[in-house]
Amino acid sequence: MRLSLVHLYPALLNLYGDRGNIITLKQRCAWRGIELDVIEIGLGQDFPVSEPDLVFMGGDQDREQEIVIDDLRRRHGDRLRHSIQNGTPVLAVCGSYQLLQEYYKPAAGRELHGLGIIPAHTVHPGPGVPRCVGNIVIRWPLGTVVGFENHGGRTFLDAGVQPLGTVASGFGNNGDDGTEGARVHNLFGTYIHGSLLPKNPAFADLLLSLALARRYAGATLQPLDDTLERRAHDAAVSRAR
Amino acid sequence: MRLRRAAAVNAARLAAAVSRASGRGGTALPGLVATAMDPDIIAALASQLPVGSVIVAGTNGKTTTSRMLAAIVTSAGMKPVRNESGSNLARGLAASLVRRAGPTGNLARADRAVGLFETDEAALPAVIRSVRPRILVLLNLFRDQLDRYGEVATIAGLWKGALQELTGATIVANADDPLVAHLVQTTEAPHIFFGIQSAPESLSGLPHAADVKACPNCGAPIDFSVTFVGHLGHYICRTCGFSRPAPQVAAEDVRLNGVDGSLFAITDSDERISVALPLPGLYNVYNATAAAAAACALGIRLCEVRAGLENVTPAFGRMERLEIDGRHVYLALAKNPTGLNEVLRTIESVEQPLFLLPMLNDNIADGRDVSWIWDADVEMLRGRVASATFSGTRAADMALRFKYAGVTAPAGSALWSIEPDPEHALRSALSATPRGERLFVLPTYTALLQMRGVLTRCGLARPYWEE
Ligand SMILES: [Zn+2]
Repeated sequence: MRLSLVHLYPALLNLYGDRGNIITLKQRCAWRGIELDVIEIGLGQDFPVSEPDLVFMGGDQDREQEIVIDDLRRRHGDRLRHSIQNGTPVLAVCGSYQLLQEYYKPAAGRELHGLGIIPAHTVHPGPGVPRCVGNIVIRWPLGTVVGFENHGGRTFLDAGVQPLGTVASGFGNNGDDGTEGARVHNLFGTYIHGSLLPKNPAFADLLLSLALARRYAGATLQPLDDTLERRAHDAAVSRAR
Repeated sequence: MRLRRAAAVNAARLAAAVSRASGRGGTALPGLVATAMDPDIIAALASQLPVGSVIVAGTNGKTTTSRMLAAIVTSAGMKPVRNESGSNLARGLAASLVRRAGPTGNLARADRAVGLFETDEAALPAVIRSVRPRILVLLNLFRDQLDRYGEVATIAGLWKGALQELTGATIVANADDPLVAHLVQTTEAPHIFFGIQSAPESLSGLPHAADVKACPNCGAPIDFSVTFVGHLGHYICRTCGFSRPAPQVAAEDVRLNGVDGSLFAITDSDERISVALPLPGLYNVYNATAAAAAACALGIRLCEVRAGLENVTPAFGRMERLEIDGRHVYLALAKNPTGLNEVLRTIESVEQPLFLLPMLNDNIADGRDVSWIWDADVEMLRGRVASATFSGTRAADMALRFKYAGVTAPAGSALWSIEPDPEHALRSALSATPRGERLFVLPTYTALLQMRGVLTRCGLARPYWEE
């Protein structure tokens, strides 16, 4: 079996160990005899002609965010929106989670318009307000997700938008309403890095099983020995308290 | 003023004596006492240094570069006054100066003392204001401890402001770091660039952990024809024409010699010297070239630089070698992706199978976010590691990084373990390492301090404040 993953702007959006997410997806496929082709799409390059099975976008420095947004809207906006509506699993971490929302209002300067795929917006409360930084644990339907968050902006989901999970420890979307991230169809937006997928193998396998089911009807993922992953997960949870 | 300073100096010296007598060492207490009693004490004493001061700033290599420069100025007949790394910056600076002051509150005038002060990236503006350096060395800007300092671009902005505060100082800057070179070229201050001209171990293109991909002048993607360490290399922006300035002090013909050191030449406009550096890796070639350039800025001839560089010993935990139970144990600090990559590149050049003790902590001084380990190229160790003992508060995270890099235990091996406690980890790693072999301990910053504590308790290492 063979799956394809589009990694958007790998050079510009890769702040917080985002490569760990790609490495994890690739290895968890390889250990099951599945080949995962990673297609890196940089600035000025077009989306591949054939529909990818997975899409990943990482975090960034503010400067890169402005470079990315125009290219993203012009080149990939329609394709990405279409793929997400069709149920393609997408993982967007931190800065790219913000880029997929309606708009981002920075501490100073003009509003940045996002792709509007996630009905939500992000506001930076001003340079004097502390960033949301630290270990984070959330509860979601598959148990707990643990990682690290580091964001200045506060995200507010529109009414009725499903969050990724509820915050058990940390800030999440805005430090206020107890939500973290967002899920729209099979698009998962989140502030959690650390890296996210290595020590949250259930999350990695959810993305892979969604992708596999769309490509190969009836195919299922074989279980792996996740003893070490669970140990890292539990150690991170205990550091978050 | 005078009386207050004298009182501050004497109280701090007393505090230092008490600390030493109680065996606690360190600089925290005397520095705290001095700065509390006289907030201007650093500025007052630094202004009395006969040769002036050198500030060394940068993400990687501060401690080693300061140490190299100390060795050079010593062999040129000067007396270095250094702040210890690791202690609170202002307190460490105050303590180092107070130690040289007499009961009147003034520095002894007789010797040719020169201040060599290493400073954290974020503290540079404050240190420039109080020390008023004669020379400012800017080594590099890498991604490090993001949750503490913010992004690389934020630090660059902070430095830009700090450079405006310089009066009459010469900047010694790394030509091979686009961010640093651009910063320096936008100031009025006189500057000397240093860099590496050629080395066989260079990489074509950028490694994954590169922190600078956009031109600092116009924001377009920047082209690297060659990189030596992280994003340090030869670059040009095809959009605006910004490119690497030609270095006045340059390293060339570099030959690396595993964990034992390297051979290379340093040139300036007048001279060329050959150096047999006893410290390994290209990163130390950068540090040595930076120290040579700073020495030139102090008026020291290149021919005098050589003796200093060849006598330098590793700084605390920077590929420092100890003999324990017949094993050669190396302590090699690895605190960010580029730092870990360079250490891995160095140990990977060793012929034998590798015995490792990686230690990953997530305390504030390490950076609480451990995601950086995923940006390091652990994959280069595939098939090379005979045993690995993972330690620290996030030992399992590091073990996971190795697992996903495909660096795993030989089949059926019991030589792969997780021991969060440093003392247990050392014992277990030593027993996994045969006599006569090398054990590489790869700790983050606070893990290094813990390991030093363990070694000191076992009588295997001196406390660092006695160095
Ligand atoms: Zn440019």
